[in-house]
Amino acid sequence: MKIVVCIKQVPATNDAKIDPETKRIIREGLKAIMNPFDTYALEEGVRLREKLGGEVIALTMGPPKAEAVLREALAAGADRGILLSDRAFGGSDTWATSYALAKAIEKIGDVDLVICGKQAIDGDTAQVGPGISAHLNWMQAASVMAVEQVDESCITVKRMHEEGHDICKMQLPAVLTVVKDINTPRIPSLKGRLAAQKAQIPVWKPEDIGADPDKLGLNGSPTRVVKTQPPDPRQTDTIRIEGTAQECARALVRELRLRSLV
Amino acid sequence: MLTLTDIERKEYSNIWVVAEVSSGAVQPVTHELIGAARELADARKSEVWTVAMGSDISSDAKSLFAYGADKVIVVDDARLDGIQDEVEAKALVRLINKYKPEVVLCAATVKGRALIPRVAVMANCGLTADCTGLSIDPENGDLLQTRPAFGGNILATIRCSNHRPQMATVRPRVMKAPEPDRGRQGEIISECILDTDADKVKKIIEIFHSSEATLNLSDARIIIAGGRGMKGPEGFELLKKFASRVGGAVGASRAAVDAGWIPYTHQIGQTGQTVQTTLYIACGISGQIQHLVGMQSCDVIVAIDKVPDTPMMQMADIAIVGDLFEIVPEILNELPKL
Ligand SMILES: Cc1cc2nc3c(=O)[nH]c(=O)nc-3n(C[C@H](O)[C@H](O)[C@H](O)COP(=O)(O)OP(=O)(O)OC[C@H]3O[C@@H](n4cnc5c(N)ncnc54)[C@H](O)[C@@H]3O)c2cc1C
Ligand SMILES: Cc1cc2nc3c(=O)[nH]c(=O)nc-3n(C[C@H](O)[C@H](O)[C@H](O)COP(=O)(O)OP(=O)(O)OC[C@H]3O[C@@H](n4cnc5c(N)ncnc54)[C@H](O)[C@@H]3O)c2cc1C
Repeated sequence: MKIVVCIKQVPATNDAKIDPETKRIIREGLKAIMNPFDTYALEEGVRLREKLGGEVIALTMGPPKAEAVLREALAAGADRGILLSDRAFGGSDTWATSYALAKAIEKIGDVDLVICGKQAIDGDTAQVGPGISAHLNWMQAASVMAVEQVDESCITVKRMHEEGHDICKMQLPAVLTVVKDINTPRIPSLKGRLAAQKAQIPVWKPEDIGADPDKLGLNGSPTRVVKTQPPDPRQTDTIRIEGTAQECARALVRELRLRSLV
Repeated sequence: MLTLTDIERKEYSNIWVVAEVSSGAVQPVTHELIGAARELADARKSEVWTVAMGSDISSDAKSLFAYGADKVIVVDDARLDGIQDEVEAKALVRLINKYKPEVVLCAATVKGRALIPRVAVMANCGLTADCTGLSIDPENGDLLQTRPAFGGNILATIRCSNHRPQMATVRPRVMKAPEPDRGRQGEIISECILDTDADKVKKIIEIFHSSEATLNLSDARIIIAGGRGMKGPEGFELLKKFASRVGGAVGASRAAVDAGWIPYTHQIGQTGQTVQTTLYIACGISGQIQHLVGMQSCDVIVAIDKVPDTPMMQMADIAIVGDLFEIVPEILNELPKL
């Protein structure tokens, strides 16, 4: 089974700042990590390969330093990594991001399964996984919490939704997006880490994946972020309640009633 | 990318809402979206259309006029039972190409967030996720979409001037549903647009509805959440009681989920769900950043903790210092009897 895991490098902290000139988020200085949801995607890919044989390819699109998440992926069990990096990819929205990733997946060839995280913690849209699947015209399952069964032609998965879950069977090739419940990622071994540091990681450019330049980066992105601003701050004058349990409970219920909340 | 000329853009009109259908019924979030669509349509002097796709959906579809829909397109097909992203996406793209809406709104539910990105790619248009604000330029129809990103730490305004339709998802409970006007009339348009053979469907083997009497998180107005301070699954039994007394849902921190006290579907935060309720009561949750990003936009936050200065206690509107195992039962006593 040939599996591609899509991994995004994201800033580690949640208090990103905005450059007032460029209206861009200042990512410099923030530690970059593998998107947390993607650690589960990777682990699931590696587990499927351990069971069924084949190959796990970690794929990321980003600046040159995004190579770091691919090395992390290699240490955690991926067989090889591919970095899509070029100025032409810069400024992509989810339409253009999923287009570039889909073109790379086509270029890799004979892929049976693509696994993405449910969403990235910075852009927060959860649109790239289904977007890739649309560009490839494959089937998809979002918010997958378990892979129940796989054979050469079909995959059966459990999907989480608001009211519970369902189990569905669909044809391969397919795209999954996964939630945290699906597994517990392994801790990479020291040996794995050392090997990952030495691995060669190819960098693919638009011409390597046969991409239409009009569909990449800002050119290929229908959405434009025209403004970013911090949200209104929460007012911080906290009402403190102390005393016996009964006093506390009374005071709280009174406050909630005043606000017509109960 | 193919962009539209001014003349082509003018061919697109009306504000569409994709109805959220589950278990054969139109869900309340649809009414909220119709309310938002109505304001946009009034500003543009155009119409609100709703697309209801599902199995056995026709009778429910009629109820949507009361909330402000002018026309409802009904695609009633047994093959649309369960979550069928591929088939629904194709159907929606056909409808978009046929009727050319200016704006398409969809609920940011698990189902909507899987379906709509597929449609946006196929229809060559932009999609803004989880909008909390929408306004439209009455002259040219450009939609200004406001959305939180980076876990609620940034508000971004997004525009898709060169493409139509402009698509956006909106979370449940973000917009207000209008009061229904039962006498309001509209037009039903029935469409049979599914391919009979070419559209492959997924086989839905089993559908499981959580048997718990609690509401699901995204529909809830009130969430009672517990963390490591709940000490075990019994602690969450107490919170379930609390939640059912106030008509709320139960949430949890990752520490409680990882300990196995409550299923992951209840997890709130960066690797769980993001919620925006009118009331959030955190019991024994210290409030690490990964938890806060999932709930900091709630209207009123109450924290109960024996430690007075945790991040959650500092962020809260109301902070109660004490042992939650003593305080929560007292709250149940004090709450108005049902
Ligand atoms: C403030 C702000 C708001 C934005 N709002 C929107 C918006 O509303 N609509 C829109 O179209 N774009 C938006 N964008 C652009 C969007 O964030 C980027 O296109 C981004 O590259 C992908 O979107 P995401 O981070 O939401 O990923 P998601 O769709 O949340 O990611 C889901 C999964 O896709 C995979 N994936 C995502 N990106 C990559 C990558 N670069 N390489 C490999 N795998 C990847 C991962 O497996 C990830 O877990 C916004 C950007 C900013 C800064
Ligand atoms: C990549 C990543 C993603 C993460 N994603 C999430 C996420 O999605 N959601 C999430 O919640 N966390 C997430 N976390 C974990 C997060 O960092 C915290 O570890 C977690 O939120 C802590 O949970 P807690 O507040 O319940 O536990 P604690 O921090 O241990 O807090 C327990 C609190 O209970 C109080 N307490 C104990 N007993 C009592 C009592 N009898 N009466 C009153 N108070 C009492 C204590 O004083 C304490 O304040 C993530 C972490 C990482 C690294």
